[in-house]
Amino acid sequence: MSSTTYSRRRFLQTGGTLTGGLLVSFFIPASAKRLGEKAASADVLFVPNAYLSITPDNNIKILLSHVEMGQGVWTTLPMLMAEELDCDWDKISVEHAPPGEPYKHTAYGIQITGGSTSTWSEFDRYRNAGATARALLVQAAAQKLNVPVSAIKTEKGFVIAGDKRISYGELAEAASKLPAPTNVTLKDKKDWQYLGKPMRRLDAKAKTNGAAKFGLDVYFPDMLIAVVAHSPVFGGTVKTFDASAAKAVKGVRDVVKIPTGVAVIADHFWAAKKGRDALKIDWDPGAGKSFDTVSQFQEYKKLAGTKGTPAGKAGAVDEAMPKTTKKIQAEYIFPYLAHATMEPMNCTVKVTGNTCEIWTGTQMPGLDQAAAAKILGFKPEQVTLHTQFLGGGFGRRATPGSDFVSEAVQVAKASGKPIKLVWSREDDMRGGYYRPAFLHQVTIGLGNDGLPAAWQHRIVGQSIVAGTPFEGMIKDGIDATSVEGVNDSPYLESIPNYSIELHSPKTPVSVLWWRSVGHTHTAFVMETLIDELATAAGKDPVAYRRSILKSKRHLGVLELAAEKAGWNNPLPAGQFRGIAVHESFGSFVAQVAEISIDKGQLKVHRVVCAVDCGTAINPEGVRAQMESGIIFGLTAVLYGEITLENGQVKQRNFHDYKILRMNEAPLIEVHILESGEKMGGCGEPGTPPIAPAIANAIFAATGKRVRQLPLKPADLKQA
Amino acid sequence: MITLTVNDQSYTVDVEPTMPLLWVLRDVLHLTGTKYGCGMAQCGACTVHLNGEAVRSCVTTVARAVNQKVITIEGLSSNNTHPLQRAWAEEDVPQCGYCQSGQIMSAAVLLRENPNPTDQDIDDAMSGNICRCGTYQRIRKAIHRAASLQKEGGVQ
Repeated sequence: MSSTTYSRRRFLQTGGTLTGGLLVSFFIPASAKRLGEKAASADVLFVPNAYLSITPDNNIKILLSHVEMGQGVWTTLPMLMAEELDCDWDKISVEHAPPGEPYKHTAYGIQITGGSTSTWSEFDRYRNAGATARALLVQAAAQKLNVPVSAIKTEKGFVIAGDKRISYGELAEAASKLPAPTNVTLKDKKDWQYLGKPMRRLDAKAKTNGAAKFGLDVYFPDMLIAVVAHSPVFGGTVKTFDASAAKAVKGVRDVVKIPTGVAVIADHFWAAKKGRDALKIDWDPGAGKSFDTVSQFQEYKKLAGTKGTPAGKAGAVDEAMPKTTKKIQAEYIFPYLAHATMEPMNCTVKVTGNTCEIWTGTQMPGLDQAAAAKILGFKPEQVTLHTQFLGGGFGRRATPGSDFVSEAVQVAKASGKPIKLVWSREDDMRGGYYRPAFLHQVTIGLGNDGLPAAWQHRIVGQSIVAGTPFEGMIKDGIDATSVEGVNDSPYLESIPNYSIELHSPKTPVSVLWWRSVGHTHTAFVMETLIDELATAAGKDPVAYRRSILKSKRHLGVLELAAEKAGWNNPLPAGQFRGIAVHESFGSFVAQVAEISIDKGQLKVHRVVCAVDCGTAINPEGVRAQMESGIIFGLTAVLYGEITLENGQVKQRNFHDYKILRMNEAPLIEVHILESGEKMGGCGEPGTPPIAPAIANAIFAATGKRVRQLPLKPADLKQA
Repeated sequence: MITLTVNDQSYTVDVEPTMPLLWVLRDVLHLTGTKYGCGMAQCGACTVHLNGEAVRSCVTTVARAVNQKVITIEGLSSNNTHPLQRAWAEEDVPQCGYCQSGQIMSAAVLLRENPNPTDQDIDDAMSGNICRCGTYQRIRKAIHRAASLQKEGGVQ
């Protein structure tokens, strides 16, 4: 499959000829808004979009414009299609789409899976795809049976007219010769048969018998394995190296220098790794060698004492603050975090003459294709990219600079061999692209009514887009992902004077979006401070939020979580609870955490979660994503921390970068508030509230506020 | 040359005896259902059965498997009929799915040894397997469900 933009006409013709079945492509207006660009408001782009094919034996193949990394689009997007196509759910097979115009994100204009956007951004496009196909099939049946379209209904992959029943497959060829309708009517919500119903995952079978192919599972004859020795310091380069001992290792085939280090190529990973261990490399560490995270936070603290770039303002904080009699001052520290996907980074590349094939798990196949082409001096269409299942993404597999794909292409280019680049867990842990370290400094002045009269908030941390192709996202000096959750907080409506400022220092460490991005730290700061304000006002945390929140959807999930958790009922002796509510990625989530502290150990017993994502297309998928987001966030509360000394990352594997295990996993209850409001996402919004909910529960238990993550033993001692 | 039996099939491979079984399975035999996660027995993604016992194949030398019986996820059942595989689908367990081969292979030994595990038994047996997607609650439920399926006669 090439990335050529097909015209609709050619698309339909090709579909009919090549498969002996029906390929459906169609045009709908798509937003011209692209990442980092201003939305072209008046321009309406007409682009061919997602498609499906129907074979003569009535099987339906659906191509996904988004990639499956655990979040469930392998099931949700087919649900959208099937609802309108009216096909047999058991006859559906699913594939990842190749890079190409039809698969670009309807809101972002590039091919990307991220930002918890897949379901809402495809809600119309995939339903339209199904409806268009159905209309063509009905039209074909009407002609074949010589009956009006109005006399035809459809049911589970069959067209029915009176006592006649014809499968979609039988009609596919005739339908492929018809012109696509310009307008289709989508079903009313009350008539949905799949949407809004809990549907089981279509990838469950392949993921329980070893059949699912992840990037790391790619194999073909003559393929070799490559591992790369990277500089121990970010930005370091190879001065000289001696590969003689490495080449003597049985199974090692080649050693080549590439821009990011020295690659050892071997018959299998074990030989490649042993070969790498035998390399002698003299590194020039560069300027990054003196970097350490302890001094970094000292610098950040100093920066926070100075004015930053304005990210939000109301009233006059400088005038209002001195007039307040009671103040809360707080400083928060958040470390670098690794995504630590279960499947380490990897990419397979085969260059043959003037073509290149790539197999990898990626959230941005189009950018990776372009990056590979650039390295090889090819045009993008000379590069075919086969997206595999992603063994976790969380943002790590969406690098604007295509880091691991580029590295694999460099190895293939330098060696002239087809290779699978494999990062070890240690390479992955030390490979950068972390959630940036952040520091928040907040001063709140309270009015006589106990409500915040003045709020000064300074945030210090690296921009995740500065220096990348997405730098255009920075507006007026503000990377929105650094301040989201603070400068759009619903509490600001009730605060007459506030000033939010940002410092975006640069460091040698590469940073990236990490599941829920800025909300990972901003929700913690806002929701623990609101809890602190409630305490200062002598009010219950739920009642206090109720008194200052005006947003209906925040209040909706707040009330639901509190009610389902039995907020007003006593807990067993020794147990405490905390609550937090936060909007991110268009969805509203509240969580109540029930904890106890025994011999200095935190135990989270139960988490009650309420979510309003507008319309829950697959409620089972929504529940699964809330559970997942909570465990992800809880891991960061207990363990997540990447530290550097002398420019080098100290952590290397799961023994010193711990991941929550089953014995630590709380019971999780998810309640969906079906508001019917604007749809939001679900992959990320479950993560932000859990850390503040737990910190607020810890305060209830100890009387102490948590100002730093991950938790330290002192945080769990009584005040 | 080393001879070993994987999923009831005999293989002879030309590798060093110290090579971890994981890489023999994945890179030599191309049985890729067994996953690499950490290489130091921390995550359990590489769990296989060696003579019926759950082992971390990333730290098990291939020498230990010589003339022994190895079962991988591909050999657990024919056509996903093992009670755990059925339960995993029914409870909608997998997300990214990368760790699930290892989870299921660990759970299979638990269920054989203890057909009626409690939550505590499950936590004890399964805490060596990391799931970054956080599917733990569903894994617990699925193991209970598999125990019921097994009682109903779903045993291989």
